[in-house]
Amino acid sequence: MSDIFGVPIQAFMGQLMLGLVNGCFYAMLSLGLAVIFGMLNIVNFAHGALYMVGAFLAWMLLNLVGVNYWVSLLLVPLAVGALGALIEKTMLRWLHGLDHLYGLLLTFGLALIIEGIFREAYGSSGQPYDLPQVFKGSFDLGFMFLPKYRAWVVIASLVVCLATWFVIEKTKLGAYLRAGTENPNLVKAFGINVPLMVTLTYAFGVGLAGLAGVMAAPIYQVSPLMGSNIIIIVFAVVVIGGMGSILGSIVTGLALGLIEGLTKVFYAEISTTVVFIIMAIVLMFRPAGLFGREK
Amino acid sequence: MNRTWLVFVVLALAGLVAPFVGYPIFLMKVLCFALFASAFNLLIGFTGLLSFGHAMFFGFAAYVSGHAAKVWGLTPEVAILLGTLSAGALGVVSGWLAVRRQGIYFAMVTLALAQMVYFICVQAPFTYAEDGIQSIPRGKLLGVVDLANDRVMYYLVFAVFMAGLLGIYRIIHSPFGQILKSIRENEARALSLGYDVDRYKHLAFVLSASLAGLAGATKSLAFGLATLTDVSWQMSGEVVLMTLLGGMGTILGPALGATIVVTMQNYLSSLGSMVTIIMGVTFVACVLLFRRGIVGEIQFRLGRKA
Repeated sequence: MSDIFGVPIQAFMGQLMLGLVNGCFYAMLSLGLAVIFGMLNIVNFAHGALYMVGAFLAWMLLNLVGVNYWVSLLLVPLAVGALGALIEKTMLRWLHGLDHLYGLLLTFGLALIIEGIFREAYGSSGQPYDLPQVFKGSFDLGFMFLPKYRAWVVIASLVVCLATWFVIEKTKLGAYLRAGTENPNLVKAFGINVPLMVTLTYAFGVGLAGLAGVMAAPIYQVSPLMGSNIIIIVFAVVVIGGMGSILGSIVTGLALGLIEGLTKVFYAEISTTVVFIIMAIVLMFRPAGLFGREK
Repeated sequence: MNRTWLVFVVLALAGLVAPFVGYPIFLMKVLCFALFASAFNLLIGFTGLLSFGHAMFFGFAAYVSGHAAKVWGLTPEVAILLGTLSAGALGVVSGWLAVRRQGIYFAMVTLALAQMVYFICVQAPFTYAEDGIQSIPRGKLLGVVDLANDRVMYYLVFAVFMAGLLGIYRIIHSPFGQILKSIRENEARALSLGYDVDRYKHLAFVLSASLAGLAGATKSLAFGLATLTDVSWQMSGEVVLMTLLGGMGTILGPALGATIVVTMQNYLSSLGSMVTIIMGVTFVACVLLFRRGIVGEIQFRLGRKA
């Protein structure tokens, strides 16, 4: 019973766990993209870059100022969110009413600028982020060792995702948001400050990316390239899930992370492409995405 | 109409004397990217489809023609043809998938498919991963004309560029091109008039992919190099920038945009990552202030239609 299809169970569970952790990041990022897309009709190409900014801010806070992980976990999303609000107010706002493609192009330009600045300052190599003391070591589950930090990432990101889902689908604030998505003019007529809501939505979406960045910092190397590496996979995740459903993007993100982990065990050659292959298959049979509706 | 032909004649003359004025190597680079951007423009400017994965055609064709010339020892014209055809074939498959989604999703699907091609190129043995295919021989055109001389090679590249540009001009002024424009303007109406919109989009995609492949294949012979840079998403972004800067939906805009971007990269290459930042700023400035692009703005000021 120590093998699964000829793979030692330790290695199997380890890869699966790593896949799940990746899936958590996919879920948090695609969730942010879906929220932003719903309200602003913009595909935020800068999402990956802002995730990278989140990781770098955490790294700088720790290594330059000595601010610990927990404070970063709170401060960095706020900072990235504030940056997002600034971007929305000074730039994205002007694209209102134009073809959606311009939003993609503008945020692509922003992604290049942000990535370029960090590459200029730190080169392309990664910076290590020291784990907080509490998370060192791992739990012995009998059949595998579960690193404490990975367990924390999975639980924390699931809580964040579900809380976001709850706020949007079950609270009054979420109802305003959803109404604003459907018909902004009507919501405006009811006396709700829609422009402010749009700014805050964007800030929240990218704040989520910043939070994911902080959580990712101790797992991956903090590098200027980490954002662009992940954002394209997240785009594929979004195409697979369809951006229409909040819960759908969470489930799709997690599932694809797991599948990626599994391919690493059984057929490593395609582990970098499996998400795209699945995307192609989904496009063949369900062009609108698994949870999507054509808009 | 006559004025357009005048522009083409001036362009041809300028191209003929150019290698006696500038560096042929630099000019070849400009021309290859100008053709690449013009091919991309066929899709965004005249069909309204934003592909964010055109590097896959450019880069894949570069690999194929490089392999054909170096390993199989084929003559340059056959190598370029093979590269172009393989990009077209890639366009058939990826376009078939991508036209199933519209607008913003189309951009994401093409980006993701291009990334898949990138990863395949990272792993495939014939691309030599990080090194790329190096010192690809230019060979002898039709087995007769030796292309080793930069100026001779330049004229081949220039001929390919002019042929490509004229081909694009021909396509957009054909009945087929008019239907593409009608899809760009109002897809639902084109559909209701009985046009099989997806098929037209697919065909436009394949044509654009093949021409992008032609540019890539020519590039790999001219510079003897095919690398992962050519298939990367950054390259896809660059071609978008060239087209946006020059003017989407204009004939000469993308070529002008390519000239500017390549010149900029050439002179600023010592600045490293600053180039990326400058490109990003250009992107943002174009989208916010300058959506018609340079040629588009000039045409608008002159009050002429494209």
